[in-house]
Amino acid sequence: MKNLKMNIAVMLLLAVSFTNAQEKEKMGHKHHHDKMMNMKSDLKSEAILSDYFNLKDALVADDSKKAAATGTKLAASLKAFDTSNYTEEEQKELTDIIDDAMEHAEHIAKSDIGHQREHFKTLSKDITDMVAITGSKNMLYQQFCPMYDKGSAWLSANEEVRNPYYGSRMLKCGKVQKTIQ
Amino acid sequence: MKAVKIIAIVLLVAFVVIQFIPVDRNQSDSVPKTDFMLVNDVPSDIKDKLRVSCYDCHSNNTQYPWYNKVQPVAWFLEGHIKEGKSELNFNEWDALSNRRKASKLRSIIKQIESGEMPLASYTLIHKDAIFSEEETKQVVKYMENLKDSL
Repeated sequence: MKNLKMNIAVMLLLAVSFTNAQEKEKMGHKHHHDKMMNMKSDLKSEAILSDYFNLKDALVADDSKKAAATGTKLAASLKAFDTSNYTEEEQKELTDIIDDAMEHAEHIAKSDIGHQREHFKTLSKDITDMVAITGSKNMLYQQFCPMYDKGSAWLSANEEVRNPYYGSRMLKCGKVQKTIQ
Repeated sequence: MKAVKIIAIVLLVAFVVIQFIPVDRNQSDSVPKTDFMLVNDVPSDIKDKLRVSCYDCHSNNTQYPWYNKVQPVAWFLEGHIKEGKSELNFNEWDALSNRRKASKLRSIIKQIESGEMPLASYTLIHKDAIFSEEETKQVVKYMENLKDSL
């Protein structure tokens, strides 16, 4: 009788640990899968981010010509973005973001610096919303200038503030609003 | 003197000939359901202003005065209309996502405020398209409210 009790206890224990292990394996697998998805999409969204930062640097340097050239590059990277790895809802949101951002990038490619900065403001919002979905492999800093157009934000890969809306006129105006990882 | 006469005749003949080259006119009888005025509750004075000042180049229907049917003026105009419509077509407003509507409204506000739109080449002849200070304020305010309500 005692033996039987022991047997049942052992079997129960075994059963519990077995399910546990299965669960863990499932979770591990899911985690791995998520990471894979991110890795894949990262390449395209990282390319967009890299072009966006080059554009921002050109505006910081008051270099309209370079900003126009990076605008063209950014439009191409945006066009190459592939949303198929995301959920249906995310896909819809991303398509909207990319469409809007593309229009701003194309305008930046053919405008003077004043217009480039106007479009950069909305573009920054688009890119920030994109990163909220795609994530980023590097730490990003959302910075904010309270003076330009009733307050305007942008993203930077560096903590140090360099203002793309005013360039040399007010190079260090602004502050870090939040960090995005 | 004879040369001048020949050149004048050649120019005159060329002028007459180009009148026969067909142009695609930007005209349409129907207003699509996606039109800005149909999907938004626009006050009538703003409606009129937008129609007179914007719709010639930013919709599928241009009100052509007679001189715009004469070449080469018509070619010049067609180019503007094509570009204007590709930037913004009020007739297709509701086909845009809210994000893009907000972007367009931001541009509309900026362009009207800065006086870049309507184009100077357009208001040169269409005096009634010019925005008075009061009209600018009114339209900008309407567009800002619309943007905030998206």
